[in-house]
Amino acid sequence: MFDAARAAVEGALAAGATYADARVMAGRTESMNAKNGMIEDLGQSESSGLGVRALIGSSWGFFASADLSDKGARSAGEQAADIAKASALVPGPATELAPGDKPAQAHWASECEEHPLDDVSLSEKGDLLVGVTEAMSRVNGVSLATASYAIWDTEKWFVSSEGHRISQRIIECGALLSSTAVGDSETQRRSYPGIRGQYGTSGWELVRRLDLPGNAQRIAEESVALLSAPQCPEETTDLILGAEQMALQIHESVGHAIELDRILGWEAAYAGTSWLEPDKMGSLRFGSDLMNVTADATLPGALGSFGYDDEGTPAKSVPIIDNGVWVGVLSGRDSAAQVGIPSGGCVRSDGWNRLPMVRMTNVGLLPGESSLNEMIAATETGVLMDTNRSWSIDDKRLNFQFGCEIGWEIKNGERGRMLRNPTYTGISPQFWGSMDMVGGADEWVFYGTPNCGKGQPTQVGHTGHPSVPCRFRNVRVGVRG
Amino acid sequence: MTAPTGNGDAAMALCEQVLELVGTRGEAVVRASAGQSSLTRFANSRIHQNVSEDTGGVSLQVTVAGGRTASASGNHTDQTGLTALVERALAAAVLRPEDPEWPGLAGPAPARGADHWDDETAGASARTRAEAVGQFVGAGDGLEAAGFCSTSWSEVALANSAGQRLAGRSTVASISGIQRAIGPDGKADGSGDWSSSRVRELDAAAAGRLAATRAVASTAAEDIGPGHYEVVLEPDCVSDMVQFLSFGFSGKAHAEGTSFAHPGEAQFDPAFSMWDDAADERSIGLNFDAEGTPSALLNLVKGGVTGDLAHDRRSAARAGVQSTGHATGSTAFGAFPMNVIVGEGGDSVDELISEVEHGLLVCGFWYTRILDPKTQVVTGLTRNGLFRIDEGKVGAAVRNLRFTQSYAAALGAGRVLGIGNDGRRVGRYWVPSLRLSDWNFTGGAQG
Repeated sequence: MFDAARAAVEGALAAGATYADARVMAGRTESMNAKNGMIEDLGQSESSGLGVRALIGSSWGFFASADLSDKGARSAGEQAADIAKASALVPGPATELAPGDKPAQAHWASECEEHPLDDVSLSEKGDLLVGVTEAMSRVNGVSLATASYAIWDTEKWFVSSEGHRISQRIIECGALLSSTAVGDSETQRRSYPGIRGQYGTSGWELVRRLDLPGNAQRIAEESVALLSAPQCPEETTDLILGAEQMALQIHESVGHAIELDRILGWEAAYAGTSWLEPDKMGSLRFGSDLMNVTADATLPGALGSFGYDDEGTPAKSVPIIDNGVWVGVLSGRDSAAQVGIPSGGCVRSDGWNRLPMVRMTNVGLLPGESSLNEMIAATETGVLMDTNRSWSIDDKRLNFQFGCEIGWEIKNGERGRMLRNPTYTGISPQFWGSMDMVGGADEWVFYGTPNCGKGQPTQVGHTGHPSVPCRFRNVRVGVRG
Repeated sequence: MTAPTGNGDAAMALCEQVLELVGTRGEAVVRASAGQSSLTRFANSRIHQNVSEDTGGVSLQVTVAGGRTASASGNHTDQTGLTALVERALAAAVLRPEDPEWPGLAGPAPARGADHWDDETAGASARTRAEAVGQFVGAGDGLEAAGFCSTSWSEVALANSAGQRLAGRSTVASISGIQRAIGPDGKADGSGDWSSSRVRELDAAAAGRLAATRAVASTAAEDIGPGHYEVVLEPDCVSDMVQFLSFGFSGKAHAEGTSFAHPGEAQFDPAFSMWDDAADERSIGLNFDAEGTPSALLNLVKGGVTGDLAHDRRSAARAGVQSTGHATGSTAFGAFPMNVIVGEGGDSVDELISEVEHGLLVCGFWYTRILDPKTQVVTGLTRNGLFRIDEGKVGAAVRNLRFTQSYAAALGAGRVLGIGNDGRRVGRYWVPSLRLSDWNFTGGAQG
């Protein structure tokens, strides 16, 4: 496979590229979902191809093809260069690349105890989904009981005109169950372990640890109970977020805001920009002193982990927020060069046919010294919310309104009655600035988000979000239509 | 580089090859495609990302005794690859539990005429796209521009063991972007876009001028408080509404009780109608679904009354009706309308605005998310243009607002005060501007 990547790079250079790199990727996927004790869909796919990137002047040219022959790969490289040349009709300053480490010639593989495709039978996986959906369906009042899993096994071979020669194999999987109760005028849903499930760079052992069977009945009962629970009141109060909702909060209001391509305006028309400005990095207060965030692609098992990013930069841990002060960004070699920093090693593509771009790695909150129970005990009046249900945030990643599946009233330091349709809204720096309690290391979970959309054509990124429960003061909750 | 072969001839040959490999071991639906997709992206008034890919592959759904079904897909289309695909799908199918509700395959039936194809668009080059980008950027006269121009073509064929054979092809071209003007409190954005099956119809300069006009007008935006406002929603907003509403017209969602739609009930204003018609010349894409059923015309809302639901074979069998040809290929997702057209009115958007005493002109929505499919309550923000309307005239720009609003309720009886004659394609839908009596803005985007 290295030969095809090398031929593509040679083709691009011969056609005038000043820099070129190519990735051959081969992937297998499998997904299954069940509803009310029946398998609904079972799908498997295999795909392989080559994507080659050529830099000429101010623009990347990129071409992707499934033809891995020497002639096909060389032609793909030539076409990538020709596409880059056409960009000269609307030119800008020449694109520079931040100096990289010594080009690696290496292999890296994610940890996997039990290969989810090769070591676990379809029957066993199907029985798991059928069993948990049957168990949820038995709870009176449940209308829809669903469960699913997804598996990705991806191999990559990367070659650059600077001498990189890197192969990687990344195995990812995860699972989800959910229960929906349908009332006269609304629906209520509960999900486990979260709205999207839980995913990681791991074998099937991750799914076994989730213990879907052990959580099915509780989730089903909660979905039914929500239908008759009182509405979350509309008020300004103290808010405690569980770790799953915190993962979403980090992803949307920190992760996307610190993408350097957004900050530089490269995503302005679609995903948007950022409220952060490069000259304020190192001094701008993002949140309270308790806020410490890193983008760490080296965390074993987390969904945003890898050995090298898709332009050959070794995985690293990048400080993002240090005691509340914004200190770092997610970057690649082209974006990093614009602000004079080394690449953060955050450039990835979602397949052989997509241009690598800045993506989150594992953007997560470092644990503090509190716990969920301590937060509840320390709260006179407030609301506890968990498990994301809806998420909306503006194009600068400043104003957000998030809904959760479930809430509980907090009164005099105790968790009280269940609340339905809990929502909260805020402005990022004020919200993070109000964070006064952060959960400890024993509540630290590496949540995985397998569906982060960005770019044109759209790419689906796999990102990780280490997270703990947190408390925020004076937050507006209960917004309704 | 892949080149068009005609009306899916090469793709149909692949389908036949796969059916032969399956033989009598199962009942199969095979779908094969070929194409090319290219997109030229610009930001900070320069092209920065410029991509093209050969697309294509084969997908197989195979069912063995007892309705046990599995799907496999891939892009390895030589004999070895196709054999592996077939064996993988068959091996998976036999391991599944039996499915007593398996609805069988679609029988032979012709699709209604639709050929959303243009040779010039299929052959569009990177230079053609770059020239369009140049026109968009140039129309900004020094403003900062960002967006994309794309062209694509695809040929698709479908064949099944029940004798169904269908093929189709389509081309799509789009220009979409923003212009950014510097104002007292930062950059103000305006947007412009156009898409068509014919690249020649893209007026990139006009889209760029519209975006620039909006951006410049937005530089001195003022804050207004949250509350209920009369609004004129431009087509970008209406397309977003249609997307969320369309999920409610899924026969599966209706059967499961998660849809707002109640066929036969007057759930909308009498002035409002929308339908789904893949064969309409304003639509894009194919005129048959993932199961091989030709897509029927659906009257989703007629004169305010909720009408047809979209069905695949499974939801149709449960409902005791025929599939409407709107299968997505996923039992979990079910079927829903994908070529929706909202009926146009007789007024220009200026005439709609002229009838508003006090309200807001909204050019676009952003990051909309549904809170509950049954209530159709959606939260999101305005983006790329929000203006006061005072005494029938567009006035000062307003800083973006967050809304929390039921889309179905906003179109309810008495609330659609006007429908524009400015229909255009946004995404997969053909939509005009709407004047609505009440929209619930729940906060300012800046806090």
